[in-house]
Amino acid sequence: MRFEYAPAPESRDVVDIKPSYGLFINGDFVDGSGTAFKTINPASEEMLAEVAAADEADVDRAVTAARKAFESWAALPGRERAKYLFRIARIIQERARELAVLESLDNGKPIRESRDVDLPLVAAHFFYYAGWADKLGHAGFGADPRPLGVAGQVIPWNFPLLMLAWKIAPALACGNTVVLKPAETTPLTALAFAEICVQAGLPPGVVNILTGAGATGAALVNHPGVDKVAFTGSTEVGRLIARSVAGTGKKVTLELGGKAANIVFDDAALDQAVEGIVNGIFFNQGHVCCAGSRLLVQESIAEELLDALKRRLGTLRLGDPLDKNTDIGAINSAEQLARIRSLTESGELEGAERWTASCPLPDKGFWFPPTLFTGVAQSHRIAREEIFGPVLSVLTFRTPAEAVEKANNTPYGLSAGVWTEKGSRILWMADKLRAGVVWANTFNRFDPASPFGGYKESGHGREGGRHGLEAYLDV
Amino acid sequence: MASSNATLRAFLYGLPGVDRVGADQRAATLGTRSIKTTAKAEAIDLAISMVDLTTLEGADTPGKVRAMCAKAVRPDPGEPSVPRVAAVCVYPDLVACAASALSGSGVKVASVATGFPSGRTSLEVKTADTALAVAAGADEIDMVIDRGAFLAGDLARVFEEIVAVKQAAGDAHLKVILETGELATYDNVRRASWLAMLAGADFIKTSTGKVSPAATPPVTLIMLEAVRDFRAATGRMVGVKAAGGIRTTKDAIKYLVLVNETAGEDWLDPAWFRIGASSLLNDLLMQRQKMATGRYAGPDYFTLD
Repeated sequence: MRFEYAPAPESRDVVDIKPSYGLFINGDFVDGSGTAFKTINPASEEMLAEVAAADEADVDRAVTAARKAFESWAALPGRERAKYLFRIARIIQERARELAVLESLDNGKPIRESRDVDLPLVAAHFFYYAGWADKLGHAGFGADPRPLGVAGQVIPWNFPLLMLAWKIAPALACGNTVVLKPAETTPLTALAFAEICVQAGLPPGVVNILTGAGATGAALVNHPGVDKVAFTGSTEVGRLIARSVAGTGKKVTLELGGKAANIVFDDAALDQAVEGIVNGIFFNQGHVCCAGSRLLVQESIAEELLDALKRRLGTLRLGDPLDKNTDIGAINSAEQLARIRSLTESGELEGAERWTASCPLPDKGFWFPPTLFTGVAQSHRIAREEIFGPVLSVLTFRTPAEAVEKANNTPYGLSAGVWTEKGSRILWMADKLRAGVVWANTFNRFDPASPFGGYKESGHGREGGRHGLEAYLDV
Repeated sequence: MASSNATLRAFLYGLPGVDRVGADQRAATLGTRSIKTTAKAEAIDLAISMVDLTTLEGADTPGKVRAMCAKAVRPDPGEPSVPRVAAVCVYPDLVACAASALSGSGVKVASVATGFPSGRTSLEVKTADTALAVAAGADEIDMVIDRGAFLAGDLARVFEEIVAVKQAAGDAHLKVILETGELATYDNVRRASWLAMLAGADFIKTSTGKVSPAATPPVTLIMLEAVRDFRAATGRMVGVKAAGGIRTTKDAIKYLVLVNETAGEDWLDPAWFRIGASSLLNDLLMQRQKMATGRYAGPDYFTLD
């Protein structure tokens, strides 16, 4: 019998989107001096709200507010700062449903993911770093490590609220104050977070949220009053930032692109490996810097694995991000969709074989069906460049040594996955792979206690865990 | 392949492993599917038609079985549109009673056999138990495997017992109970599934219901993967029965989602997927009525049989 799931949309009534939003500076919402811009729902192209853009003067006001707030915030005992962070974490949990819906509306990701992955991790991150705030002397950075000052933070659109949490939670726990710029296409949850800061009674100026495009980010990064720059986004922009802060004495952490290898050996648990591959590249429409975008499969099981993978891709449900049964949501922007299209076209031109899951695409909005390429060579663009979309490049290998060689043969080095039932091989591979995170028999699993960051062009510095404190302490 | 422990072991231990964390996670994710409105109504009727309505108590009597059979044919006396259940499942000595009560109704008679639930008896007793149940009118036989032999590595013994019972069952459909709660690992569940299918099982069934844990979503997921892969390898389709511990409509629908997204829609049919249960039926009826009327009726509006 055919079992059709009826639409099961999460209610939009839980969110209250205002027609326009200002900047959050010194605890108040104020008008921006730049040209306001619109943020849309990528699944329908409907306008959600108009958002203020911060110009250099706004950035200066925000940094000045953060600088002023820093004196008293850094002077607070850790246990007092922890109280605020715990309070923020609890409010996030209380408002989780609202924030999840808002995230899915603005970003296009399925509600199942924003509800079950993003929001629990956001709250967990604040809880985790709240716990560190009064224990910094035990973190291995000296008896009484000092904060840096004002952190200028620029975050991407793929996990808007989660990246905010990764940036703000450790910064505040360590006693810094922040000026954060969310991505141009996904400002709404950061603005909701500004409300949460007010709700939690956070002193004015400790957190400032500036919306805007690249120019706002550049103004923030280059502001002389910023002591620390934290950026997550493309390697291209990361390079610009590294160049502009060079010689200024600003401390910088960059979390950039990736082209992770997901390596499946012939003795892997096959069904779970298939799930891991799907989760590795189709989670969040592949808009994941650590996505397992290169599948390296041992030649002896390549055919069997690909058959199983294609069968599984046939069950993925693409559509309305607010439908609770949706697995694949919308591509975040027309710009990103164009980039995915251009790279997949180059894959075909270069001779790789394209396979696309047969699923109808909605008429409005930005969509790209789950796609995989077989017959991919290391030299193809789709094997080297980050696509940042639901596109998997499949390569094969014969021996463990060849797997390592191919996996490491990339300018990136953010993550890798190893699938085998042999524990000793997992350890051997983890030792050889030049990637910040190596997942064994799983993929895209995150925990606030676990450090995250890249080798080579994937960036430097670590976020999360005890290691994540270092980026926000004067050590 | 079936000739010796060595060949069986070589094959069954050569199957891809099962990663427990991943399997649990997949089953849990499928458990978050939201089945509402029309889909829920369809799922409830499908689930009712897949129920093996079961009573397996030492205190079972002919009167109790007759009452259950009446319920099996017409689960809700006030609502003729409710489908009948797939089968009733009883101990062998009550098969004749069930068969006469169900004669001509289309509801099958299933009998547990082979020294259910432990299976700790001789092969002669097991085959005789089976043959007598079939002679008394059983359409389906739910046998238990020798878990002791399986865990001791005597795979050939388990295989041969299934073959012998299948022969004794004749035309009756053979459901092979793996008792997954005693097999301990998911790898063993996969191996036992293949062992039973290779030996000729028409169905593989999770549990007797007498051991905890009984059916669980991840175990059922692994068995559904096994029947899917077995059909791909051999062309023969084998059914799956989840039994024990499925008490609510919500749970039953989760199992249907598992079937739909693992083995596929071919298995969404009472001929290929069953739910062994007793109290589940009334919850399905209650939810069905709620969907139709918008209100819950009290438990006294559903018959207890």
